[in-house]
Amino acid sequence: MNRIERAFKLLNKTNSKAFVPYMMAGDGGLDCLVDRLILLEKFGASAIEVGVPFSDPVADGPTIQRAGMRALQNGTTLRGIIEELEKAREQVSIPIILMTYLNPIYAFGIDRFVEAINNAGIDGCIIPDLSLEEEEMIAPKLSEVGVELIRLVTPTTPVERIKQISSKGKGFLYAVTIKGITGTRIDMDKELYSFLNVVKSFSPLPVLAGFGIDNHDQIMELSNYCDGVVVGSKIVELFNENKMDELKQLLSINKKMSQLT
Amino acid sequence: MSVYTLPNEQGHFGKFGGRFVPETLMKAVIELEQAYEEARKDPGFYSELTGLLKQYVGRETPLYFASNLTKHAGGASIYLKREDLNHTGAHKINNALGQALLAVRMGKRKIVAETGAGQHGVATATACALLNLDCIIFMGEEDIKRQSLNVFRMELLGAKVVSVNSGSATLKDAVNEALRYWVANVDDTHYLLGSVMGPHPFPMIVRDFQSVIGKETKEQFFIVNGRLPDAVVACIGGGSNAMGMFYPFIDNKEVRLYGVEAAGKGVNTSYHAATLTKGKPGVLHGSLMYLLQNEDGQIQEAHSISAGLDYPGVGPEHSYLKDTGRAQYYSITDQEALDAFQLLSKLEGIIPALESAHAIAFAIKLASKMPSTQNIVVCLSGRGDKDVETVKTLLKGEVRNESN
Ligand SMILES: Cc1ncc(COP(=O)(O)O)c(C=O)c1O
Repeated sequence: MNRIERAFKLLNKTNSKAFVPYMMAGDGGLDCLVDRLILLEKFGASAIEVGVPFSDPVADGPTIQRAGMRALQNGTTLRGIIEELEKAREQVSIPIILMTYLNPIYAFGIDRFVEAINNAGIDGCIIPDLSLEEEEMIAPKLSEVGVELIRLVTPTTPVERIKQISSKGKGFLYAVTIKGITGTRIDMDKELYSFLNVVKSFSPLPVLAGFGIDNHDQIMELSNYCDGVVVGSKIVELFNENKMDELKQLLSINKKMSQLT
Repeated sequence: MSVYTLPNEQGHFGKFGGRFVPETLMKAVIELEQAYEEARKDPGFYSELTGLLKQYVGRETPLYFASNLTKHAGGASIYLKREDLNHTGAHKINNALGQALLAVRMGKRKIVAETGAGQHGVATATACALLNLDCIIFMGEEDIKRQSLNVFRMELLGAKVVSVNSGSATLKDAVNEALRYWVANVDDTHYLLGSVMGPHPFPMIVRDFQSVIGKETKEQFFIVNGRLPDAVVACIGGGSNAMGMFYPFIDNKEVRLYGVEAAGKGVNTSYHAATLTKGKPGVLHGSLMYLLQNEDGQIQEAHSISAGLDYPGVGPEHSYLKDTGRAQYYSITDQEALDAFQLLSKLEGIIPALESAHAIAFAIKLASKMPSTQNIVVCLSGRGDKDVETVKTLLKGEVRNESN
């Protein structure tokens, strides 16, 4: 069983929700990546999404765009990130999920990439510009080695398509909470809740909500409708501003979320 | 004779093309494909578009035998397909009107678009003014400086122009911002993409709307010469005027197809936009295509004297035509384009867009190596009014007289 599946089994058993922080690899230098992962685990993260910087991140808002630019200016490469994650694997036990646009993978070579991330002990992969229609180029290869391709559904995804997408893979389903890019303000409204209800009712996979989530109230509210949350821009911002206390405070919600249910 | 039918149902041209966009956009992209399939079967849609192209744009555009340029080149006859005579001054309006009508059909009354030189922005703003649609245009900060007159034109036409200062602040970054805007406003907004790029069905739709160029050329040339030209030549930014010219000739294997990219300061410097010459396949802006990128897959900045060619990608269909050898791609430097810009002005009394000047420069070289019994048609994609200021600055106000 993949580490992601195991993690959700365990959360399920203890009636807990997942808190998955996203961080940009190489922001602040690649040498601090391992330490940051250890820190996030210590603060209570259920899994970690590690972003790979890309020159043209069309699904991202200004916060993550700028973090990516800083990382690229530091000379961060996909190869370097995978090497660091391989080191981290000895010290971090929660699932590590790589989030990268397709082109860095394509340039690396798809077969080489799959082999490298599997060897590094990376558990899953999110590729925001890889549609269901195009995933054949990589999905079977990932599945063969047991690395989960994490797929996304959004408020614009028709129900039939939600069913189709959520029927694939064994990891979790990423429910994008907004029609928009990362870091956009989220509308906590009926429309969002009914979207999450629909996703939840059709998905055989655990459902994590993400995009635009940045505070405890939102997280508590959203955890009524899904199996956990992904928090991105806010975490990136806190790392960049070196606000470790606030980071710890934000992640401490994980315990509260668990007690609630 | 094999009949060319690409793209396939997945929007692939061989391995190129496809739909590499965030899931939020997939519904809109699929709806657009359906709306286009319906529209293309609807004679009413085409009669409306053809009517506008005739009455409003001024089609058909002339196919002009450039006798002075032919004499200068000293070889094959050179004909110019005068897309510069279209309303708004370039081929871009063919696509802008087609897609704006499609948007209306889909009930979308807001349009977002990117622009490089500003020609596609002006064409889009024009179509929106005509059809009473809201229009927002993203344009790189660098390009806004280079093409300030076109910014003012768009504003006169009622569009909102948004300056983009991320990345290289040129066309690629304007596409990024337009895509981000579309992600956030996809319910009521159509993205009016300006070239044969982006996710399927855009490369197909833009090609089809632009193929009026090649269709007219074929007929016009046949009426005069009773046969087809030996070669056609067009400049390549994203590749829409070239695809519009090439497409109707694709199954006529005896007609050679030449695309001309911008070599900037030279293809062996880092200041060029010669994607097919120097790039590698990769994924950007929704499509698998040749890209200028470093070995880690980070997209590199393109450079060209002409804002309209300053793009690090090239449409998936051109990527396919290059790999299959059906079309050939060459490049022309800033200096060569600048020389051709002046040359055509003097010899023929036609001031070309700097983009089109690349095609002219290449056609002169090509013609000189071909016998005088053969014929070349060059797509003169746009007029040079927008570039006069840039060129004036570059020449420091002194027009060289070497061509006299
Ligand atoms: C006059 C002219 N020609 C050519 C181009 C390049 O675009 P494409 O390669 O799509 O024809 C532009 C783009 O702005 C243009 O304005």
